[in-house]
Amino acid sequence: MGAATQARPARPLLAIEGVSVELPTPRGALRAVAGVSLELAAGRTLGIVGESGSGKTMLSRAVARLLPRRAKLTGAVHFDGHNLAELDAEALRRLRGRSLAFVFQDPMTSLNPVLTIGAQIIETLREHLGLDRSAAVRRAIELLGQVGIPSPDQRLRQYPHQFSGGMRQRVAIAIALSCEPKLLIADEPTTALDVTVQAQILDLLAREQRRRGMAMILITHDLGVVAGRTDEVAVMYAGRVVERAPTHILFKAMRMPYTQALIAAIPKLDAPPHTPLKAISGLPPDLTRPSEGCAFAPRCPYASGRCRQSPPPLTGSGAQQFACWHPLEPAVATAP
Amino acid sequence: MRTSKAAIVGAADAAAELWAGFAKFGWLFWLALAWIGWIVLAAGLADLLPLPSPTDMDMLERRAPPSAAHWLGTDRLGRDMLARLIHGGRISLTVAILAPLIGLLIGGALGILAGYFRGLLETVVVGGVDVLLAFPPLVLALAITAYLGQTVANLTYIIGILSIPAFTRVARAATLSLAKREFILAARAMGATELRILLRELLPNVILPLMAFFLLAVAVTIVVEGALSFLGLGVPPPAPSWGGMIGEGRESLETAPRIAFLPALFMFLTVLSFNVVGDTLRVLTDPRQAAL
Amino acid sequence: MMEPAKDSTETGGEPLLRVEDLVVEYRLAGKVVHAVSGVSFVLARGETLGLVGESGCGKSTLARALLQLTPARSGRVLFDGIDLTTVAGAALRALRRRLQIIFQDPIASLNPRRRVADLIAEPLRIAGVRDEAEHERRMIEVLEAVGLDPSQVRGRFAHEFSGGQCQRICIARALILEPELIVCDEPVSALDVSIRAQILNLLEAMKARYGLTLLFIAHDLAVVKAVSDRVAVMYLGKLCEVAPTEHLFRNPGHPYTALLLQAIPRPDPAAPIPERVALGEPPSPMAPPSGCRFRTRCQRAAARCSEEEPQLTEIAPKQLVACHFPLRGGVEASLAER
Repeated sequence: MGAATQARPARPLLAIEGVSVELPTPRGALRAVAGVSLELAAGRTLGIVGESGSGKTMLSRAVARLLPRRAKLTGAVHFDGHNLAELDAEALRRLRGRSLAFVFQDPMTSLNPVLTIGAQIIETLREHLGLDRSAAVRRAIELLGQVGIPSPDQRLRQYPHQFSGGMRQRVAIAIALSCEPKLLIADEPTTALDVTVQAQILDLLAREQRRRGMAMILITHDLGVVAGRTDEVAVMYAGRVVERAPTHILFKAMRMPYTQALIAAIPKLDAPPHTPLKAISGLPPDLTRPSEGCAFAPRCPYASGRCRQSPPPLTGSGAQQFACWHPLEPAVATAP
Repeated sequence: MRTSKAAIVGAADAAAELWAGFAKFGWLFWLALAWIGWIVLAAGLADLLPLPSPTDMDMLERRAPPSAAHWLGTDRLGRDMLARLIHGGRISLTVAILAPLIGLLIGGALGILAGYFRGLLETVVVGGVDVLLAFPPLVLALAITAYLGQTVANLTYIIGILSIPAFTRVARAATLSLAKREFILAARAMGATELRILLRELLPNVILPLMAFFLLAVAVTIVVEGALSFLGLGVPPPAPSWGGMIGEGRESLETAPRIAFLPALFMFLTVLSFNVVGDTLRVLTDPRQAAL
Repeated sequence: MMEPAKDSTETGGEPLLRVEDLVVEYRLAGKVVHAVSGVSFVLARGETLGLVGESGCGKSTLARALLQLTPARSGRVLFDGIDLTTVAGAALRALRRRLQIIFQDPIASLNPRRRVADLIAEPLRIAGVRDEAEHERRMIEVLEAVGLDPSQVRGRFAHEFSGGQCQRICIARALILEPELIVCDEPVSALDVSIRAQILNLLEAMKARYGLTLLFIAHDLAVVKAVSDRVAVMYLGKLCEVAPTEHLFRNPGHPYTALLLQAIPRPDPAAPIPERVALGEPPSPMAPPSGCRFRTRCQRAAARCSEEEPQLTEIAPKQLVACHFPLRGGVEASLAER
């Protein structure tokens, strides 16, 4: 998880260009994602951090083309050399599950309650890899063992409700990993789980990612989750990426006031009790009425007139990018 | 000058908001509401309207096509169709609204109490309602009319009682999901009595799905009453009712099909309208939709 | 019948809340769920006790049982000397004014069909205050105290507000009768990070302004640390450890506490991720292990742990731990002991 010093491969595994997602709601069109561009190289982990309404989930759905039918998607997504907009439904379906895998937040609802978990894993294996039944069963048992499920040959025959939340999430991860995907998108994989189980699941994801050399996008609202486990972090606010940097730089030398405020608002374990928290004033933005200027301006302690009038573009050098008219002074990045 | 301009802008804004409010319901909803409005009004004021009597027979004008004297023509006994449709509507609608009202009041109350207090009360209510549901409705209706007499009032009672189980289920389901929510617990934590919680916290929330269901029940009851009258088991002649008129129109289908189709059309439009209004309200009052 | 642990944080005089050997069980699909199995603690006037534990440990059930919203099978809950488990009817309802609760889901805690002004004044009405002007006056005062503009919010419905604003409304509603004790059942877990800090600051401010005593329940240790004077750690229906906040975090006595501390993701990329041993999942509260309930996940478990249930004993001044082999020294020491 150290700083990447190798040269970037010529073509990133995933390239998101100017993606926007608009949803019609009774109160008007809601801009869930507004012009996001990101790249991810093979084998690297990107953390996407944002609060509810920041657009992080919609963005991940846009990548996998799993948006609700009413959503309007603009922009291009290139994955593994293919432009996803040009693929037909059948080709997309083959891509999903095989090269592009998803792990969802709620393990209760992401597994089919009326099928045994064995049936669900084997279905994926046979569909995408064309294995025959006995080979698929062997592989399924192997996978369940890799994700840390004890007595996998017996548990294959059990139903999701017979597993605990953490176990179900492991099963979901096993299904996602079964076809050796090139990219795994994990959307808040541990939010619904207990803290001790959360740590185990995150460790599992990191271990498997390292072992298989696959790229991973970890979406979360918890900055602590991305701190030790990602190469880069992108912070989203009101549908835009407002800062992006290698992880250690983001935490130590962030440029965006929102990032700074977000980190400051987390109660720290090392602080003494009753330390007043540096709360971010104001409310999250109303996405049906996007503001003219920077979306964070109403809550930003450094906001000026310019911030309220025009939205700042994403600028920056090299690996660190930020969208701010008054970025914080670049501090000296501490060594990773 | 400025104030009048501001006033115009203000009026335009208000009009736009009003239009948005209308549009939220959909034009079908307003059409349906308009139909219900006029038919209820006409049926209610039937006696005051300048219509010929629905029971006067004019043997010279049997099965007559629409004319100045009879706007929708006459039926096989020379009676004015429009007058019969409107008077028949009065009877059909009276039964259709009063019968489900019985179901709403009794079934709704039982369902709320069962869903809130659970335990023995719930078992008894649910069991009792299941028993009622097990009765074949048509046979029961026949038996009771044979025993007590075939009157509009008896018809209303029978259909009303038969509709209780459905209302109980809807009320109980709504109550079960609401009673688990924290605002009920919060009310109890504040020291509210159970009665207060039922009336002030639960009821305002349960009444919405119940009302939406009530409108659907009205629609169904029109058809049920129509079917019974069609079979001759409902409203006794010579009082007109849509179902009865359809039945009488059977023998004139070749010569004057309008005699059967007009009451069928009126029934269809009325049932459709109640369904549309009920369904729209159900969708709008679903709390998940409202939260968007 | 277990003797309630002697808590040396008691100053002179009766604590505001004393819980003795509380047991709460309920039936689920024919089996008995041992949600709370003999919990005892005290809460002094004016202090904030943090209660921490993962899902299934029984902390929410405990909160509801304290307020008599869930029946307890046995045990006593002494509020200002009065045993709430023996009071019922009008007497209990009268006592309820002095004890309030805030729930985890702020939007679900508000009746969707009533306006905010109505919701906030409701406790006054239930308490028998009929004067409309009095309702008005106190509603405005309490809304302003929680940082909301009364003229803006009074006529609106709960679904028109965000989670954070709804939680403020719930806090306002809890404060209007000026209670002595407020149980906060995961009040910020459902809120965004940026709003969480606002609400925590608000709770601290309200506590100071109204002289409250708080029982703060959460699963997030960092959140609990920010607001609590003392912390109690709960696992599978039992208390493992009770200690002053700073002490608990620096020198946890119970292996479970150490495990929790270790598992928290820290927003610091330089912090090393500890080498974790797979410890499995928490057992089901329907079939808790014999003896010490944590023994199935504990590195230090021995034969004695399955035979004899450890009681809360004072291993250091003011620190109570229920363990046969408590940790000594700091978290680093406990890591080294593994």
